[in-house]
Amino acid sequence: MNRYRPRTLALELLMVAAGVAFLFPVYALIVLSLKDAGQIASSPLGLPKPPTVDNYTEAWSTASLGSALLSSTLITVVSLVLLIAIGSCGAYFLARRATRLGYGLYILFLLGIVLPFQLGMIPLYNLFSKLELIGTYQSLILFYTGIQLPFTIFLYTGFIRALPADYATAALVDGASHFQAYTRIVFPLLRPITGTVLILNAVFIWNDFFTPLLYLGGSAHETIPVRIFAFVGQYVSDYGLVFAGLVLGAIPILLVFLLLQRYVIKGFASGLKG
Amino acid sequence: MSTQVLEASPTAPPERPARRRPRNRLGPPWLFVAPALLCYGAIVLYPSASGVLYAFTDWSGLGDWSFVGLRNFDSLLHDDRALGALRNTLLLTVAIVVVQNGIGLLLALGVHARIKSRMLLRAVFFAPVVVSPVMVAFLWKYVYNPAPNAGLNGVLGAVGLGSLRQDWLGDPSLALWSVAAMVVWQHAGYSMVIFLAGLEGISKDVREAATIDGAGPVKRFRYVTWPLLAPATTINVMLSTIGGLKIFDQVFAATSGGPGYATETLSTVLYKEAFVFGRYGYSTAVALVLALFVAAVSLVQIRYLRAREDQT
Repeated sequence: MNRYRPRTLALELLMVAAGVAFLFPVYALIVLSLKDAGQIASSPLGLPKPPTVDNYTEAWSTASLGSALLSSTLITVVSLVLLIAIGSCGAYFLARRATRLGYGLYILFLLGIVLPFQLGMIPLYNLFSKLELIGTYQSLILFYTGIQLPFTIFLYTGFIRALPADYATAALVDGASHFQAYTRIVFPLLRPITGTVLILNAVFIWNDFFTPLLYLGGSAHETIPVRIFAFVGQYVSDYGLVFAGLVLGAIPILLVFLLLQRYVIKGFASGLKG
Repeated sequence: MSTQVLEASPTAPPERPARRRPRNRLGPPWLFVAPALLCYGAIVLYPSASGVLYAFTDWSGLGDWSFVGLRNFDSLLHDDRALGALRNTLLLTVAIVVVQNGIGLLLALGVHARIKSRMLLRAVFFAPVVVSPVMVAFLWKYVYNPAPNAGLNGVLGAVGLGSLRQDWLGDPSLALWSVAAMVVWQHAGYSMVIFLAGLEGISKDVREAATIDGAGPVKRFRYVTWPLLAPATTINVMLSTIGGLKIFDQVFAATSGGPGYATETLSTVLYKEAFVFGRYGYSTAVALVLALFVAAVSLVQIRYLRAREDQT
């Protein structure tokens, strides 16, 4: 049943053809980014001859992608640390407090998965501007920590409920504090779900566009999607330059994806077993 | 979601004074959930509750406001643009759910088979999922370039199908479907990996047994694989429905709702009402309608799809 038969070969050819067709936009992206304006006008889809990297050097400096990369990294990393710390502790409480109040709180957190963020968008903006946080990293870090908590708590609580309580209980009986039992015993056991939480939140935060545009647009702290948006708006008809910017903007996350492929795919595939 | 609530610990033994309640010293203290509650309350609950309140006012986003009762919802029912956006959102969602999951399933079946390129193809089909939707939209704006020798039109011309060239995003009757195709291209790989996880959970014995009983590939899929994929189908349908109803970035970057109102969705309308026209009260009414839609659809789907899972 598992041998490579002529039918398997036919399937292989079919799937490879589908893959090639699927990659057409990426082909266009790369080919155009390597051409000058004259080549794009005369033969947009042919191979570039000779290829030029001028678009890349120009896009890197005019879009100031270096500083955007720094902002995106900082915001993503700090938000993830806070989400994992606050979310896993909160979920530990919710999973182990089997009272009506504990369950009610859990449902209150789940409500956040359904609410569209636009509902509170302007009150939150006003709150941040009263606190003079607009244009700072803190505003977005706080925003992501709050907005992604429901999903994070949902994933952690499900996982912790399936975990036996005995280990932590044994530590408590032996005289450990709750905090010690949590950090030394429980948290290490959460590693698989922490991986999933990390990957799903990282991809969301890294790529999020609208809130960073609202909070950081025009400031020195713009993230990659916001920089790219402004850059494309500025050079809209210069496809070579715009596409070089898109390639540069997508490379960091694609690189991480290729390096951690197995974990990323597993994280997405297992993330939502409700 | 499980609705099991364990019983609270039994009441105190009789010899203790009644007001000293037994404390469950083994359960984590409230301090564990306090930071989460504080953060969630300040960033999500409080602003959203204010948003719900403003849906019943004439607030412009700044300055004074007064309550107007249900007037915003009444205007919504008479606002052709908002109704058109509601229709577009639903059409877009149905198209995305059906096509994305259909293609995702076919891809999953393909890369689950014993082909040599399966690992490479999984990575290829999944890669767009991790890229920013705004960037994907800009790329597809070029694919949909109306010029006859560029993008998709260029390919159609090159393979002798020049008569099928279109103004993909400029033609109002086509633009919505072009946006749907772009979203499907980005997220089909997501559906694929969830179906793939489902396929990997089906034991070989079951399928071999069906083969021995004389079932061909079609019957095997219809009576064995498909029913056993029910949990994966539930997750995929829910995820793509919620994603479709909330869609914003891709539309904003590719068409910003145009041409005319042809690709306007609930999210783009509420954005424009709030930030372009300064009708914040009205925009939160639209947001509230969107929230109710998402909640209602999720609940109905959970019920229906879970019932289907239980049958198998």
